[in-house]
Amino acid sequence: MFYIRVTVRDALNQAMDEELERDERVFLLGEEVAQYDGAYKVSRGLWKKYGDKRIIDTPITEMGFAGIAVGAAMAGLRPICEFMTFNFSMQAIDQVINSAAKTYYMSAGRQSVPIVFRGPNGASAGVAAQHSQCFAAWYGHCPGLKVVSPWSAEDARGLLKSAIRDDNPVVFLENELMYGVPFEMSEESQSKDFLIPIGKAKIERQGNHITVVSHSRMVSLCLDAAAVLAKEGIECEVINMRTIRPLDAEAIETSVMKTNHLITVEGGWPQFGVGGEILARIMEGPAFNYLDAPAVRVTGVDIPMPYAKILEDNSVPQIKDIIFSVKKTLNA
Amino acid sequence: LVSCFTVGQHNGLQHLRCDLHRLDEGPSVQTVLTREDGLRYYRTMQTMRRMELKADQLYKQKIIRGFCHLYDGQEACAVGIEAGISPTDHLITAYRSHGYTYTRGVSVKEIMAELTGRSGGVAKGKGGSMHMYAKNFYGGNGIVGAQVPLGAGVALACQYQGKNEVCVTLYGDGAANQGQIFESFNMAALWKLPCIFICENNKYGMGTSVERASASTDYYKRGDYIPGLRVDGMDVLSVREATRFAADYCRSGKGPILMELQTYRYHGHSMSDPGVSYRTREEIQEIRSKSDPITMLKDCMISRNMASLEEIKDIDATVRKEIEEAAQFATSDPEPPLEDLCKHIFYNDAPLEVRGTHPWMRLKSIS
Repeated sequence: MFYIRVTVRDALNQAMDEELERDERVFLLGEEVAQYDGAYKVSRGLWKKYGDKRIIDTPITEMGFAGIAVGAAMAGLRPICEFMTFNFSMQAIDQVINSAAKTYYMSAGRQSVPIVFRGPNGASAGVAAQHSQCFAAWYGHCPGLKVVSPWSAEDARGLLKSAIRDDNPVVFLENELMYGVPFEMSEESQSKDFLIPIGKAKIERQGNHITVVSHSRMVSLCLDAAAVLAKEGIECEVINMRTIRPLDAEAIETSVMKTNHLITVEGGWPQFGVGGEILARIMEGPAFNYLDAPAVRVTGVDIPMPYAKILEDNSVPQIKDIIFSVKKTLNA
Repeated sequence: LVSCFTVGQHNGLQHLRCDLHRLDEGPSVQTVLTREDGLRYYRTMQTMRRMELKADQLYKQKIIRGFCHLYDGQEACAVGIEAGISPTDHLITAYRSHGYTYTRGVSVKEIMAELTGRSGGVAKGKGGSMHMYAKNFYGGNGIVGAQVPLGAGVALACQYQGKNEVCVTLYGDGAANQGQIFESFNMAALWKLPCIFICENNKYGMGTSVERASASTDYYKRGDYIPGLRVDGMDVLSVREATRFAADYCRSGKGPILMELQTYRYHGHSMSDPGVSYRTREEIQEIRSKSDPITMLKDCMISRNMASLEEIKDIDATVRKEIEEAAQFATSDPEPPLEDLCKHIFYNDAPLEVRGTHPWMRLKSIS
């Protein structure tokens, strides 16, 4: 078996490079994406290779450049609009929702919007309250959008390629803390046409005792927790959602019908969040009758993100919180 | 009857003069109007006028619901702009959009049926008044000012694709203070996008007069580093010449340009606004009698022996008939079928399950 180690950052970079090469309508715009090589170096080398026309540095005007990106998509191009972090997308959220997401429906199919909005989402390290919010639930709420949340390098590569080739608006939620993390990638995944379908979850670890559903960086913690629990004879089935919207409820239901127990794990706030939606679907679907205990959510603490390290560490789920919740659910 | 005549300064008319901002030269102060063009502009404006008045009627009969922002009084803007660009150019506007939907090629029938929410509407009844689209026409936009960055983005696509096309991006005096418009100005100027920004100044943003909303009401100067011109928006030829000038400017690669069209709306902001609490009936009547765009063109053509009163009346009768037939269609066409409810969520996608109002209602979305 052939494996190479690729960081999430490099996987994203390669995916964009290949898609820029494949389709000349694809272009990237955002703050510092060109000459600075990307605020987080995700677009390193692309400006040098493709030049000013395809890789565009924008002024610090999110509402304006997100709108420009949407307009360009309406007129035949395939923009990748980078938000330096998704916190700044709030400035532009009207363009994402009202101009991009709803237009195909409002026009009864006359006007499509093939655009990708991408950037780091959620908590980072020490960046405090205004720079740490998770937007999965906000964007996941809206019809007309696809919302993707990759975890591994393979996710990043396959899902970004799918997002760029998708003819619809896709919100692509990356994670800054994952950018530097290397993953082993198969030879198959290095193919230029390697695509991961949007809307399908992946079982990262099989198990019979409890279903643990997560997305993005939290998948790492779930797998770490599962390794610890395995030593005590508890086998977790860890599901990597990969896509927030459309949510792969079927994958979760199938797993729950096997394990009879469920917890969800996310970095975002608890109220009206991703876990809340999963639990509601389980309640309403065939898997409810298979639950031996109430399903619960593990989430970020319901507070703005504090700065001091000890406070920040205790504001997001830790491995011990996942282990605790698994055990509580199994003993209930 | 004459086949054409020249309109311009030497005729003693004040028409075609513009105020200029950061421009040494402006549009031509003379232009030739041919009989063919004159009659076409007349007919188009009259069609728009009668269409809007019919919409007013249908709204009062509750056959049109929700938002309905009427364009009567402003016809010379839409017709003059269209005359100054080509069908291969692009245009985007805000919610007072029925006129532009027509000049960009959608039939009166399809517009009215969209207003009445029927399946024969241009958006199959799913969009309504503010969300009508056509080739190279990007609506119809409900959020004030949001269409301006979109228009700059269309212009970016024009530049990128190298087809020498321009994008006309319209907004009103109310929207002119929006931050995202200044963001668009900045990027359009920085990247020399072929974007004609046009402010339709009809003196009132909803119920707020321009003096009460803007620290500077010189909208043609608000682009700062972007050259601008202020044009009489009630005169279709002035608008046409200014648009031609602006389009040439953009096509030559000089970057964006800004036009302010001084115009007026007879109706209130929307059908919910009687339009007389913030302005006097006298003011409305004054404009109607002295500056109506359709009357002015008609008088111009008749006085110069380019058209006869009889043929103008014939055109009026034909237009009236067309509008009646369209209204008939719009009131008798069926509403969209319930199967359409979930269609058009995504383009080019596999069928998708859509949640209904309760968990047992599983609907399907097809591209």
